Amino acid sequence: MSIAPRLTALDALHRSLGATMTDFAGWDMPLRYGSERDEHVAVRTKAGLFDLSHMGEITVTGPQAVELLDHALVGNISTVGVGRARYTMICQEDGGILDDLIVYRLGETEYMVVANASNAQIVLDALTGRAAGFDAEVRDDRDAYALIAVQGPESPGILKSLTDADLDGLKYYAGLPGTVAGVPALIARTGYTGEDGFELFLKPEHAEGVWKALTEAGAPVGLIPCGLSCRDTLRLEAGMPLYGHELTTSLTPFDAGLGRVVKFEKTTNEGRFVGREALEKAAERAETAPPRKLVGLVAEGRRVPRAGFSVVKDGVVIGEVTSGAPSPTLGKPIAMAYVDAAHAEPGTQGVGVDIRGTHEPYEVVALPFYKRQK
Amino acid sequence: MSNPTQLRYTKEHEWLSAAEDGVATVGITEFAANALGDVVFAQLPEVGATVTAGETCGELESTKSVSDLYSPVTGEVVAANQDVVDDPSLVNTAPFEGGWLFKVRVTGEPDELLSADEYTAFAGN
Repeated sequence: MSIAPRLTALDALHRSLGATMTDFAGWDMPLRYGSERDEHVAVRTKAGLFDLSHMGEITVTGPQAVELLDHALVGNISTVGVGRARYTMICQEDGGILDDLIVYRLGETEYMVVANASNAQIVLDALTGRAAGFDAEVRDDRDAYALIAVQGPESPGILKSLTDADLDGLKYYAGLPGTVAGVPALIARTGYTGEDGFELFLKPEHAEGVWKALTEAGAPVGLIPCGLSCRDTLRLEAGMPLYGHELTTSLTPFDAGLGRVVKFEKTTNEGRFVGREALEKAAERAETAPPRKLVGLVAEGRRVPRAGFSVVKDGVVIGEVTSGAPSPTLGKPIAMAYVDAAHAEPGTQGVGVDIRGTHEPYEVVALPFYKRQK
Repeated sequence: MSNPTQLRYTKEHEWLSAAEDGVATVGITEFAANALGDVVFAQLPEVGATVTAGETCGELESTKSVSDLYSPVTGEVVAANQDVVDDPSLVNTAPFEGGWLFKVRVTGEPDELLSADEYTAFAGN
């Protein structure tokens, strides 16, 4: 068994750009190319280019593909039209979240499930196991795709210059085949940064050419390559959950404030799906006696809360930080945290975060921290 | 990157200037600043505090992590760089100049301070 990190098709390019690399879910990925703050600001104001080839693609095809997905996932996948995408989750029998996913419907009976890099094998195994009895095929397509994202307000203009696809007709949470810089790509609009932008699923051998074409087309309007570090601060400002932080197997979608992704009214399988019974109980508990709620915290000072730090009030622990970082857009440290429901209202007074023994004052706010002006 | 030859260095990536009238200046190296990423918060020792060689005397927080700041020498802190407290990114943009951290009246220094060449070899850059 190899323990060497996996390399994306763009690895040599990242190194030639001087990227600081880091291990992420077994992949050697760019953390940043220069200043992560500059990269963050470029995505908010101009455009940024990301290598997301570590994400896990799984193709589900066959006459009963949608029945399988309705059974295996918590969403009602039957209602996704061809060319559209859906944010959903895959849960355990006990309702715990195995992963959050995007499902693209590529054809009448063809779907692509995109899992987080750290969970790709878990999701593949779960879908394969849950496929028993359905006339559907689950295919591991992790090596079939490289994934490049261009994010930021300038991204539609940049991509338009390289594609004949109808980008104006491509809505948020949609994905359609087209060509980019002369090569075939699945073009999606399902970004994770809080900005407009596109994801391009490509053959790995085409990745370098497309990256260079995007760099050339985007450089005049301020596009720069961006790493995982700014991707994390961008998604945090946008209030988007990250698996392993806000989402874990010990939480149900209702505990994470994302109960809306669970559809008890399903089109197929008479409404049955993995985790249904546990999730019905979780839904009731969330309605009547929620244990903790996911909130935003904004620092009054400058010390940065990190995942795992305690949230305190009157010297008592009332919650835990799940993600924290200095926010380049707000100019202050921000965090997401699960706090006891009694203290979760925006504006709750006297809340602090225990930062290495000092209780630093924080304001409880509603998520997200940042919403783009449309 | 090059490490100025007139400075001495620690394996914790601090630099120390030659003492003038017994007072030396302390900062972190460019190598360390690059490794940290964007520094967003600096907690520096207070003027009048006693620092001890090899012991923590503050912290530097970057986007992704927090790192302890060690004092290369023993002595009394006579200045802390308020410019860095106000704008911690100075540590990244000018680690050997405007991004200095504190000044200390030296009463003792360890034997193991490194020359620029030794530090460059140690840090592998």
